Amino acid sequence: MSTSSTRKKDSLPELVIRPEFELSDIEQAQTGDVARKLSLVERIWNINGVRKAVILLTLVAAWQAYTVGLDVEPLMLPRFTISFVALYEALFHGDLIYKIWFSVKVLLIGYGAGLALSAVLILWATANRFGSDFISMATAMFNPLPAIALLPLAMLWFGLGTASLVFVLIHSVLWAVALSTHNGFENVSQTLRMIGRNYGLHGIRYVAKILVPAALPSILAGMKIGWAFAWRTLIGAELVFGASSGSGGLGWFIFESSQNLETEGVFAGLFAVILIGIVVENVVFRNVELKTVNRWGMQS
Amino acid sequence: MAKTQNSAAGGKPAAETIEPILNVDGVTLQYKTKEHLITATYRVGFDVFPADRFVLLGPSGCGKSTLLKGIAGYMKPVEGAIRLKGREISDPGPDRVMVFQEFDQLLPWKTVKQNITFALRNGKKTDNAAEADDIAMEYINKVKLTGFADTYPHMLSGGMKQRVAIARGMAMEPDVLLMDEPFAALDALTRLQMQKELLQLWEDTHFTVLFVTHSIEEALIVGSRILVLSPHPGQVKAELNAHHLNHDNVGQKGFADVQQRIHDMLFADRILEDEIQAADRA
Repeated sequence: MSTSSTRKKDSLPELVIRPEFELSDIEQAQTGDVARKLSLVERIWNINGVRKAVILLTLVAAWQAYTVGLDVEPLMLPRFTISFVALYEALFHGDLIYKIWFSVKVLLIGYGAGLALSAVLILWATANRFGSDFISMATAMFNPLPAIALLPLAMLWFGLGTASLVFVLIHSVLWAVALSTHNGFENVSQTLRMIGRNYGLHGIRYVAKILVPAALPSILAGMKIGWAFAWRTLIGAELVFGASSGSGGLGWFIFESSQNLETEGVFAGLFAVILIGIVVENVVFRNVELKTVNRWGMQS
Repeated sequence: MAKTQNSAAGGKPAAETIEPILNVDGVTLQYKTKEHLITATYRVGFDVFPADRFVLLGPSGCGKSTLLKGIAGYMKPVEGAIRLKGREISDPGPDRVMVFQEFDQLLPWKTVKQNITFALRNGKKTDNAAEADDIAMEYINKVKLTGFADTYPHMLSGGMKQRVAIARGMAMEPDVLLMDEPFAALDALTRLQMQKELLQLWEDTHFTVLFVTHSIEEALIVGSRILVLSPHPGQVKAELNAHHLNHDNVGQKGFADVQQRIHDMLFADRILEDEIQAADRA
């Protein structure tokens, strides 16, 4: 045993002892500037919007090339340029802008009501365990339920009108926001909770001054999901009974165009849906994030 | 229990006449995990006097952090009592400010200055915004972060974050500042710097601080009085003086002797701990 370990030690590399040194002055590094500016092309390519615009233009070009090149039947798939002109016409010479306003108005009412209700639920859940259990169970039950599936019931209870739309919108917003806010609250670090209590915060002030800002990334994520759910639900609901109510929204515009065999009008309506979605996501929510969670380093 | 009185030269002869600011009296603390009821400390008792740099020292599992949480008011003792200025502690409050080890103890949505004014205004130190600003700046200057008053915490290094937390704690002028291994997550050089700065701050105002650490060296440097705790559950092993020791004594005979003495106390328990773990495994 001891012989084998000594033999092993003999074959180990020996330490090489070298003389010490200390430099009195260090010469200037010769690699050029420490921070060199990237080339113009590199800098332009680093802008998010530029890369996304290139992707978008490629898709549009492919569409246009396909429809022009193969001479596709316009009733099935109109050219991009024609659809775009239809959007322009509907916006500035037609009544699309009023239809959008009608949809957005209903959407804001439903979204606002959904947010308010989820705030009430969340406060209840932070106050006691029963409320917390209720949120877990209710979100598990209702979150997978498509809001559109509730539309027949809504029409039965509230008739064909704004009330039914608001009802299904609340359903699509409430559970998504409540679920992610609740998760966000539960993930607030123990340290921050203790700090809050240390400085004498409790009850509603504790929720408002510690839990809400600490869980803001989750709350904003929930609000974004809620917004997307609500927007989809609204367009879908308008397609179902926009026809039977007097004034219609964006969904009704799409439905009407397809009934009139104006496929370019259908695309114009879809463009409007996409554009509004992009504006809300990239302008409204993005700016809120930049001013809050990004600035605070809670999300990159 | 035999207690050997070992009063070092230059102790506090006035200790009999001055009332302790904090009195921990036979405190047993327990907490529940999913499967066990853990007894963190068993009948621990000690007195903290004004201007003490009182250190709770012990290996992991001696309940020193739990004890600090009990004093902060986050936990209630199952036995015994904790009294601050003669009044029994029932809840967390701004008269005992906690400084944690974790870097996330600063509110990330508040700047350095706002973190301090937030504490001052919610902790009912002052209702006046301008006054809160003045106090905050005074303490930011003290911890040498003047240029960072309007910076958000995520832009700061770990050491700077701890400085802000200490400034926030001191700005509250609590009866006792509770520090739970505040330098444990820092690199060695920064830790040394922070210990020196803390002692410098103490020289200025002689605040009362209760400091938890598992480093014998840090305890001797930072502390004026050291409570040595044995683990599983935490029990008082000894109370020693260290007011005569600081960075300048590190490596010298007197320092090394105390260090060795505490090491031997804790080492005896470490063997016991290994035996318990071996018994648990068997």
